[in-house]
Amino acid sequence: MMLRRSAGILKFILPIIVVSILILTVFDASASEPPTTVETTQSPWWVWPLGLFVFTFILGIVAVLGGVGGGVLFVPIVSGFFPFHLDFVRATGLLVALSTALSAGPGLLKRNLASLRLAMPMALIASTSSIFGAMIGLALPTNVVQTLLGATIIMIVFIMLSAKKSEFPSVDKPDALSRALGIMGVYYEESLGKNVEWHVHRTPVALFFFVVIGVMAGMFGLGAGWANVPVLNLLMGAPLKVSVASSVFLLSITDSAAAWVFINKGAVIPLMIVPSIVGVMLGSRIGVKILARVKPKAVKWIVIGLLFLSGLKALLKGLGIWT
Amino acid sequence: MAEEKAKASEEQLAYANFLSKGTWTALGLLVVLFIVYLSGILPNVVDFEKIQVYWKMRSSDFIHLTNSPTGWGWLPLINHGDMLPYIGIALLAGMTILSYLRILPIFLKKKDKPFTIIVLIELAVLLLAASGILTAGGH
Repeated sequence: MMLRRSAGILKFILPIIVVSILILTVFDASASEPPTTVETTQSPWWVWPLGLFVFTFILGIVAVLGGVGGGVLFVPIVSGFFPFHLDFVRATGLLVALSTALSAGPGLLKRNLASLRLAMPMALIASTSSIFGAMIGLALPTNVVQTLLGATIIMIVFIMLSAKKSEFPSVDKPDALSRALGIMGVYYEESLGKNVEWHVHRTPVALFFFVVIGVMAGMFGLGAGWANVPVLNLLMGAPLKVSVASSVFLLSITDSAAAWVFINKGAVIPLMIVPSIVGVMLGSRIGVKILARVKPKAVKWIVIGLLFLSGLKALLKGLGIWT
Repeated sequence: MAEEKAKASEEQLAYANFLSKGTWTALGLLVVLFIVYLSGILPNVVDFEKIQVYWKMRSSDFIHLTNSPTGWGWLPLINHGDMLPYIGIALLAGMTILSYLRILPIFLKKKDKPFTIIVLIELAVLLLAASGILTAGGH
């Protein structure tokens, strides 16, 4: 039984991994050519946008199966293996994360899984911070941002490996701020067949964490679900489903603020942005269909491995060890 | 018998419905305008052939060398193919501002003072970011 399930998983995953590795190898070799050679042996202009579309399509599938946001994978991998400058990659990463969050948000809000009352105060802090993060990121030298990005991605890997999750955390007493703001709610839990009431605590500490999360999201162009969920779930005590859904909604506000900084700085190239958004969105739709047929826990490990390698490459590239 | 499912609040449903329509409109528009750009029927600020040389550079160098616009400078150049997709991009980035404007009257009607203030401050923050004021002065 176990063996059959593993074979089923491999049937879906292996082609994805093989194609990803092939694409990355070809692109990496090409992206590493010295500038003088690139001038004379340039490939047609449409090769890179098309490559980006194929890559993001696969990324969309893998992200859904691995249970991570596309944004967090996009920036380290594309900045490591494609020839685009980190400024454009971060702007594209933000817009990819923003588009996926905007399209997922309405459904989660309608089902009352995402909570407007929980997300809006946090989003105010995170979005303000993300503007400063984006400005800092665009002002710092590229190698510094690349090094910090690599270190952050490796830290995210460790958070993903070590962070625990709590389906229904117990909140003995809501804090004064959450009571004043009315941050509480009720949602229908399908698995229990009943409504679940929730409250939160430690709101002021969480607000401080969202300052840091916002700065990092803006600076690196990463979606910040990896950080939002532990803060909402483990620190504030919101149920896991409410935390995940509210995190998606929160991302749409945080990334929107940072995206404007990149747009106004002219760090936006439609030839990168549109194929990436379309690729990720189509890929994630296919990913959802595959997810319904298999439960690929193994993919999560592949995603973590991929994230670690791309983080390591970003770190070494930033330090000038691997260019 | 399962109990009745908890329903989302009025403002949450209003936000969701507005965001849903707006996002798909913006994405559809972005794709259509991108196809117009790719068709080559309009002139471009940066030629297709040259762009792959420039996208390896810092955004500030890219702007400087290609004479591309910053801030809302793309708007007067909207008759160029590569500026057209900016409409869809700006709409996507502006969806949160429009959605907040949609729910502001609901909070006002409910006399929900804390959330009315949160919405107003968030709108100020997002409008400031969108205005380009924060990034003025450099490339």
